[in-house]
Amino acid sequence: MESTIIKAVNYNAYFGDNQVVKNVSMDIARNSVIAVMGPSGCGKTTFLRGINRMHELVPSAHANGKIWLNDEDILEMHPIVVRLKIGMVFQRPNPFPNLSIHDNVLAGYKLNGIKLSKSERERIVEESLTKVALWKEVKDSLMKKGTFLSGGQQQRLCIARAVAMQPEVLLFDEPTSALDPISTAMVEELFKELKKNYTLIIVTHNMQQAARVSDKTAFFYMGELVEYDETKLMFTNPTDQRTQNYITGRFS
Amino acid sequence: MDNLSYTMNDRLKFRIIKNKAMKWAVILLTFLCALPLAFILVYIIKEGIAAINWDFIIHIPKPVGESGGGVANALLGTVIIIVVATIIAVPIGILCGVYLSENKSNKFASWVGVSVDILQGVPSIVIGIVAYFWIVRPMGGFSALSGSIALAIMMFPIIIRSTEETLKLIPDSLKEAAFALGMPRHKVITKVVIPCGFSGIISGVMLSVARIAGETAPLLFTAFGNPFVETNLLKPMQSLPLLIFNYATSSYKDWQSLAWGASLVLLVFVLALNLITKLITRKWKVQL
Repeated sequence: MESTIIKAVNYNAYFGDNQVVKNVSMDIARNSVIAVMGPSGCGKTTFLRGINRMHELVPSAHANGKIWLNDEDILEMHPIVVRLKIGMVFQRPNPFPNLSIHDNVLAGYKLNGIKLSKSERERIVEESLTKVALWKEVKDSLMKKGTFLSGGQQQRLCIARAVAMQPEVLLFDEPTSALDPISTAMVEELFKELKKNYTLIIVTHNMQQAARVSDKTAFFYMGELVEYDETKLMFTNPTDQRTQNYITGRFS
Repeated sequence: MDNLSYTMNDRLKFRIIKNKAMKWAVILLTFLCALPLAFILVYIIKEGIAAINWDFIIHIPKPVGESGGGVANALLGTVIIIVVATIIAVPIGILCGVYLSENKSNKFASWVGVSVDILQGVPSIVIGIVAYFWIVRPMGGFSALSGSIALAIMMFPIIIRSTEETLKLIPDSLKEAAFALGMPRHKVITKVVIPCGFSGIISGVMLSVARIAGETAPLLFTAFGNPFVETNLLKPMQSLPLLIFNYATSSYKDWQSLAWGASLVLLVFVLALNLITKLITRKWKVQL
């Protein structure tokens, strides 16, 4: 249960000469939910995007150090392989507007040209949508465009799209910041379910959310990993003064 | 208090009058802009409709003195020349547009972008001359193909810029969604970016066709014209603009009437293309 799935060792990330993630080392246990929090510009999103090699899509961005996924170094792997093993959900729901709900779930297969039989397709669509608690709501409108759904449903569709690829790890970049409270609650509820099969890393601005959903919390400040501990401990008895200041609201 | 409200009222009246005056000025100027188009339409329809009948479409022009005859050779020629030009221009134009939109900060790309703008400003007769020296001379004679190439060069800037502008509007979040699913870049472009911008790309292509359909200058010394039906791309070929140019300036009544008819056909073709473009953009528009 407590086996490590991701292990960052002295990871650094840059935009040009500007170092945004400084010497981060952390172990992430399989089937756990990790919340990554910190003030704006603290490098938490960059770190998250480093894990599935999305960081380097920005021109001039580069990184060094090591991030182990099981026993492979992510920085040495082909980015496409990394991204198939580590799914990602973004801040704003971004279903493909030219595809139906059905095809959005299968987008990772379809657009990559991976052939599936009809029964496989149906199984994956139903399973993935069930996992994100969207199946009942959309099963009669699978052929409608993904953008036809509400914002909260779209975000769950995006999670289903990531889940459909059967990744090992799911990254969430402030997944509820564009959603209303009810949709937010539904997505948070999902995390508990998804945790059974996947490891979740969630960047969030919302401390209550971190406290509600995560097993462990990492606090980033000015590109450094200041503190990383059990969420309960972190919110009741932080060891670093900066963490204390942040969670008591002295800065944000 | 009374005094104040009185002046306010006066001012308000003045504002209202000013408003009305501006509104009518705008309406009048808009009307003036549309007027030439209306005149052209009415005149060409009036003069051209008489020339159009079944013979006009299926026959080639008769020698001077004989009545009747049509513009079948020019109709067929125009269609062939435009289709070939489109086949040449579309792939190159779209690929170039994709390149420009995907490499915004690249030096080479911005240099290409500037060249495309300059190309758009090159007079069509100059493009015709260039095609004459580069293609007609080395190939040893006038040909429809050289005309198509000259027209394709005129289509490039329109297709490239419209493709680029359309694709720049595709949000980065969509591309990221595709990358995050492990798609390689070429698939992100062909399966996500281009399909999402498809209606914009197609409308750019249609507008470029409408733009070159009536071009005469580049065809003068490339396709050259031909009084007979010709389907060989390597031979001179007749086209509607060339026919209009030659027949309208001739002194024979029959030929002048054919030129009016051909003008009407060309006009209807261009208007129809514009209309179809509007319909396509509306129908295939992807809600981003």
